[in-house]
Amino acid sequence: MSALRGWLAEGVPQRWLTAAAVLLALGMIGGLIVLVVQVSASAFWPREIVELQLGDGSRLLGEEAGRSDDPRSPGRERVRMKIGNRDLDPADFRWVRDSEVTARRVPADAWLLERREYGPFYGYARRLVLADRAVEAATDDLGGELARALEESIALVRAERKLFTRVAALHEPVVELDTLIASARGRGDPTLELEARREAAARREREVSTPLLVELAALRGRLEQGALELEVADGSLHAVPLAKIVRAIPVNRLSTGGRLALYASRWAEFIGGEPRESNTEGGIFPAIFGTALMVMLMTLIVVPFGVVTAVYLNEYARDNLFTKAIRLALANLAGVPSIVFGAFGLAFFVWTLGGAIDRLLFSDSLPTPTFGTGGILWASLTLALLTVPVVVVATEEGLQSVPQAVRDGARALGATRWQTLHRVVLPYALPGILTGAILAVARGAGEVAPLMLTGVVKLAPDLAVSLEPPFLHLERKFMHLGFHIYDVGFQSPNVEAAKPMVYATVLVLLVLVVVLNLAAIALRNRLRRTLRSSAV
Amino acid sequence: MNDPALQTRGLVVGFGGTEVLKRIELAVPRRQITALVGPSGCGKSTLLRCFNRMNDHLAGFFHRGDVLIGGRDVYDAGWPLESLRFEVGMVFQKANPFPLSIRDNVLFGPTIAGVGQRSVLDEILERSLRGAQLWDEVKDRVGASALELSGGQQQRLCIARALASSPEILLLDEPASALDPIATAKLEETLVELAAEVTVLLVTHNMQQAGRIAHRTAFLYLGELVEEGETTTMFNRPKEKLTEDYLTGRFG
Repeated sequence: MSALRGWLAEGVPQRWLTAAAVLLALGMIGGLIVLVVQVSASAFWPREIVELQLGDGSRLLGEEAGRSDDPRSPGRERVRMKIGNRDLDPADFRWVRDSEVTARRVPADAWLLERREYGPFYGYARRLVLADRAVEAATDDLGGELARALEESIALVRAERKLFTRVAALHEPVVELDTLIASARGRGDPTLELEARREAAARREREVSTPLLVELAALRGRLEQGALELEVADGSLHAVPLAKIVRAIPVNRLSTGGRLALYASRWAEFIGGEPRESNTEGGIFPAIFGTALMVMLMTLIVVPFGVVTAVYLNEYARDNLFTKAIRLALANLAGVPSIVFGAFGLAFFVWTLGGAIDRLLFSDSLPTPTFGTGGILWASLTLALLTVPVVVVATEEGLQSVPQAVRDGARALGATRWQTLHRVVLPYALPGILTGAILAVARGAGEVAPLMLTGVVKLAPDLAVSLEPPFLHLERKFMHLGFHIYDVGFQSPNVEAAKPMVYATVLVLLVLVVVLNLAAIALRNRLRRTLRSSAV
Repeated sequence: MNDPALQTRGLVVGFGGTEVLKRIELAVPRRQITALVGPSGCGKSTLLRCFNRMNDHLAGFFHRGDVLIGGRDVYDAGWPLESLRFEVGMVFQKANPFPLSIRDNVLFGPTIAGVGQRSVLDEILERSLRGAQLWDEVKDRVGASALELSGGQQQRLCIARALASSPEILLLDEPASALDPIATAKLEETLVELAAEVTVLLVTHNMQQAGRIAHRTAFLYLGELVEEGETTTMFNRPKEKLTEDYLTGRFG
């Protein structure tokens, strides 16, 4: 009995209990990270293309995307085949019971085409048709010719897009005048002068754009020429235009080095590219960019605001019922569901503030809203509101940690209250303030719900930052990694095909949050150093 | 006493409804060390803080009577609090360096007063650090953080910081209470050197310290000034029974 009591008093079981709790927490976090990293690491690894001969005489060509128990015959398994070719058959996947399969082989002449539309295409390359000749797979070096032709067609596609953007930009003055005319008509104002200006603008546009349009038509004509003819699993031939192909890969023939190069280039496309196929293919660069920009804007807004609030509460306000009420309100604000902030952001920032800005500054383009609709500024402001309690509480703690002796020391040297505050108290409290900022960044980067009401979209045509003045377009809608995960993983027409993308996006989001946090921590350490040893 | 540096006339100080100091009449001569001694809670720190008005920031503070510095009332409306504190430096019980470099700590006062010329600041820096006998120890690393200094060095840095605005008067509130004997000896040596140019008013708990360095000593008990005079005279032949009891360690 006394041995047990001594054992308890010494705290042996308590020690094990606390250690077990740590282990459990580590296990959960580690499990999540391992799962995300494992699935996303294999998401872009080239898998071999398999041909299955079935009992009913038909053939399937594609990738084995997973196995599970056959629900109809216990003890047997079935395989999920990704057969692609959605333009021929809308089903991207097919379950095949092992009992159906009579033969399985890995054909060396099977090709995987990654396309701009309709997802991947699996087939046996037979013939490459070029403008002036044809290359036969059986006799010629089809692979080499195809690589050259694709390089050329990708360059052509790029040139076509560039030219198209230029031509479209030429039309913008006319569109602007059209809007002005429409709103002038709405007001009942005379439009004669505007219409004359529109005519002049349209004439100028025609002069410049006519030769460009001819060039564009020529480019498009050349693009339509090349095609790759492939035999698909059922034996029929299909031609895929070269202009629609992003990559053509003879997966089963690739060496390890070739596979690694493909893997790297797929990751590079994922990180740096634009999305395709309603976000289930291509890259997520706009979402990465939107998330980072939104978090930075939020931090720029919330830190000064939160710090000023905390300084007033802690340094100037008397400790009375009113400040107690404010502190209580702040604590409660931290517990309000984020969707409520989203609703508030929509009602106050977007409709009230944005609407007022539109009426004052952009009345020409009404009823099309400029700021009166969701945008990155409103989303950042909403998240700033959401994270303000974190910054205020952390800053207040930092201010309270400043010893009275240090404040007295500054006052005794003849410093005014303000000089004491900004020369001694704030530097002393700076680590606390930056801790608040770091917590706000972590919280803000992971929020999705309020953004859905205040400016996030599935696909934003333009980034919020451009190379031409005014550089920053705060009214623009933006893409966000968190929303991207929700959208691709749960709202996409082809959830199964997009699953690897979802995991990879989760990984990128986690990495981005870590990077943003590390940046804030590095900033904190740097500021600490400079503040403690700056020259007068 | 002719032309005292510090003087109080009928000074009553309190907080809320309690009087902490009762009708204090004290004169502190120029360029000497005067020690304020007495048991805890006797009001010696409160008295010290009257001379640079540090009590004004505390809740419920009130006062009656006069506090004079060089004959001028510290509550004179034409004498701003900040410029009063440039003339009356203060060092606290616990060293309180700012989280800045040694240089920025010392030059804090001159900088907020608007001194910007680098050569002037450099001169002030050296003079102050020499005055606090810290120059030789830190002259090669004035850009380093003040928090890296030892406790004794930090306290002497605080003295240097107080000296930077060339005050006539230096108030010290038990400056050695957190220091070891060697650092204390160094600090006392510094104070004796300083007293050649500056009026030093020192609150101390330590009778030996007062005996070692103070020219004059004032003994406070329960908010009243019991006795004041030359240290040697007072320690050898106290006029009051209370003083004698305290000096011989019968209470306190």
